[in-house]
Amino acid sequence: MHKNDFLSSDIKPSGEGMVWITSMGLAVGLTMIVFLLGMIVYNGLEVFWPKSVVRLELKEGSTAGLRNAPAFAGEIVKTQTKAVQSLGADGGSLLRQREYQLFVGNKDVYGFGYKFIDNAEIVGESRPSEIVVAERLEYGNAIFIPKQFTLADGSVVGADDPAFTATFDRQVEEGNERRAEIRRIERDQIGAINRQLDAIRLGRRAIENKGGELSVSDRQELSDFDATVATLQAEYEILAAKARGLRELQGANKIVYTTVDGAERTLSSGDLIDYYYPNRLSFFDKVGVFVHRFWGFLSTEPREANTEGGIFPAIFGTFVMTLLMSVAVTPFGVLAAIYLREYARQGPFVRAVRVAVNNLAGVPSIVFGVFGLGFFVYFVGGNIDRLFYSLSLPTPTFGTGGVLWASLTLALMTVPVVIVATEEALAAVSRGSREGSLACGASKWQTIQRIVLPASLPGILTGLILAMARGAGEVAPLMLVGVVKLAPTLPLDGIYPFFHLERKFMHLGFHIYDLGFQSPDSEAAKPMVFATTFLLILLVVCLNLGAIMIRNHLRKKYKTSTF
Amino acid sequence: MSTTFLTPTVSSTTMRPQPAANVAQPAVEGLDPAYIQIKDFSFSYGHSKVLHNLNLDIPERQVTAFIGPSGCGKSTLLRNLNRMNDLVDGVHHEGDILVAGHSIYDPLIEVIALRKRIGMVFQKSNPFPKSIYENVVYSLRVAGRNRKAELDEVVERSLRGAALWNEVKDRLHESAFGLSGGQMQRLCIARAIANRPEILLMDEPCSALDPIATAKVEELIHELKKEFTIVIVTHNMQQAARVSDRTAFFYLGKLIEYAQTDRIFQNPANSQTEAYVSGRFG
Repeated sequence: MHKNDFLSSDIKPSGEGMVWITSMGLAVGLTMIVFLLGMIVYNGLEVFWPKSVVRLELKEGSTAGLRNAPAFAGEIVKTQTKAVQSLGADGGSLLRQREYQLFVGNKDVYGFGYKFIDNAEIVGESRPSEIVVAERLEYGNAIFIPKQFTLADGSVVGADDPAFTATFDRQVEEGNERRAEIRRIERDQIGAINRQLDAIRLGRRAIENKGGELSVSDRQELSDFDATVATLQAEYEILAAKARGLRELQGANKIVYTTVDGAERTLSSGDLIDYYYPNRLSFFDKVGVFVHRFWGFLSTEPREANTEGGIFPAIFGTFVMTLLMSVAVTPFGVLAAIYLREYARQGPFVRAVRVAVNNLAGVPSIVFGVFGLGFFVYFVGGNIDRLFYSLSLPTPTFGTGGVLWASLTLALMTVPVVIVATEEALAAVSRGSREGSLACGASKWQTIQRIVLPASLPGILTGLILAMARGAGEVAPLMLVGVVKLAPTLPLDGIYPFFHLERKFMHLGFHIYDLGFQSPDSEAAKPMVFATTFLLILLVVCLNLGAIMIRNHLRKKYKTSTF
Repeated sequence: MSTTFLTPTVSSTTMRPQPAANVAQPAVEGLDPAYIQIKDFSFSYGHSKVLHNLNLDIPERQVTAFIGPSGCGKSTLLRNLNRMNDLVDGVHHEGDILVAGHSIYDPLIEVIALRKRIGMVFQKSNPFPKSIYENVVYSLRVAGRNRKAELDEVVERSLRGAALWNEVKDRLHESAFGLSGGQMQRLCIARAIANRPEILLMDEPCSALDPIATAKVEELIHELKKEFTIVIVTHNMQQAARVSDRTAFFYLGKLIEYAQTDRIFQNPANSQTEAYVSGRFG
């Protein structure tokens, strides 16, 4: 046979075409994930990176700037080109024009924080080193050139004074310390007094509700109450006076500054939170500012309708809710799955239950929210209030949305995930292991408990991971059963009984929605939306990593082998 | 049941392995020649009947082998002896099985207690995902016996009984999955005898083992029959000839022939038996 005959077309390599199509599927998915995550991570972290502030010189007579001033300053946020119709003799051809979006700050002066400016209006730009960006309690950041500090004792420290920076630092630090002190007095100490007054009010109502003639001991108790209220009132007066004094001190020292466009303003140094000279920072200084601002974002409470400040309560609320949900959903789902798989006689009824469970996973989450509101909040919570908290009615305790009801609602929503995963894990435990155990004289439950459950724990945890990821990212049902825009207290704190399951809470997912769509200033909220999204993803990743580590540990421990 | 089963016999002369010529071994003096009685026993999975009116008596402290081609029902019968088939949906039986004169289907008998007295070794070794030690003491633990001294003693005795002690005594607390296939199967035997059952059921215990491991298990079976009544299902006719005292040949759910092992292999009464043992079908 000739060589050529042997290599006829039907034995030539034809290649594996499907590998391209399948790999394309993966590539498209991966690209989308990487792009989405990359965008969120970049935009979420960029918020905290200090940008330099540019002073823009406008052309003669231009009114495009701020307050008709010849120059203004801001951080360049975005550069884009827009198409404009020319008005020239060529009959309206399209011209491409560059424009900048700047964060100009000083919302108290301008009424807005962001501004667009055409490149054509600009004749010069510089980065003056004396410009300061200051974070303050109200109106967002201020961008200005400092003039002087007017201190309470009448002395003045000018911006050219060598002691100016030290004064600035000290003023900011003292202001922050006093603010923390005021907060401690008002929230902790006066809060404790209020709680005692509340308890007395309830005690009094309990005695009054008895009706009829008051007994001697009751009357004694009532007069005791009056005495305690008087002492508490006195304590309150002292604390309130102390707080008032501190507040006055907060306004005693003032900084005088001018904005780059020439407006002069005075700000109490107690309103300053932080400041930096953006155009003087080296790379490492910038890293320092970045870390500082990021940490502030993680650890402080929101201010100014959530558009400024941090998101600590939302992180904490999400974390507590997700954990409570996991604690509720795991036993519930695992027990149900054990019955379905191990005890129930497999037949049409069990198959129908299984189909129903799977369909439950497809029910829109808002339906669960409505159910949670009707069943948990109004029915269960309402009855708990009637039975145990009747004295504080009509103010509801458990009869309103709270972290417990939110967790249970989400647990209900995610239970199908856990049931399905657990059932699969149980089914994967080999018949050999079960029979081996039964042949040793173990009962059915002993077999499940000692052999089947340990071997299926990794699978159960997989289900829990999926449930957590779904629960932590859910928003719609939570709006009905306990999430609020701003919660004054955390669901877990140092006040007895530590866990306050009836409290309303903040949640990262809802925070994103609130910032993005309910905020009075959408431009100002945009960076916060990215940063919050980044943190929500980070939190879910952390929770999942934790669960995955436990799972891997268990897998190693209970790895099943068949020969 | 009589307590004599729990003490090893002193007269080991009749029990010595005799691989060369399998001389007829009559039922041992003082032991029950019909320890397990299978009476008119039929069994079906759903609508398909897999065992038809079986009658056979299994003698005490001897090795009885069930042989026959695949699907003949020998494993099903074995799994009925400790009611392992109860686990399967839609099964039902007729007739009765008696152990030491008691019906195992008596509603007054707790199936868990029954399985404590009838150990089982499976075709595929199935150690639990636990340490070697915990595997052996599993039957004691589920019975609520947790005394350390007792457990230690049981582990050593059972592992010695399964000829595994010397190989694993230094790593009792390591995972059982670190053992070789043959060791795992011997571990399963140790686990099955830990609770001192009276009967040991073996469902093709060597089918997944190499010849050396098989030889070890077979040797072990010779030792174990001093203490236990052993019923073994095997596909391997040489193995049946080597280890068993009596052999039952099943075909299509019927008992074709049941006699002393050497008679089955050397002088079978039934032509089907002869055809099977001589390798002409099956």
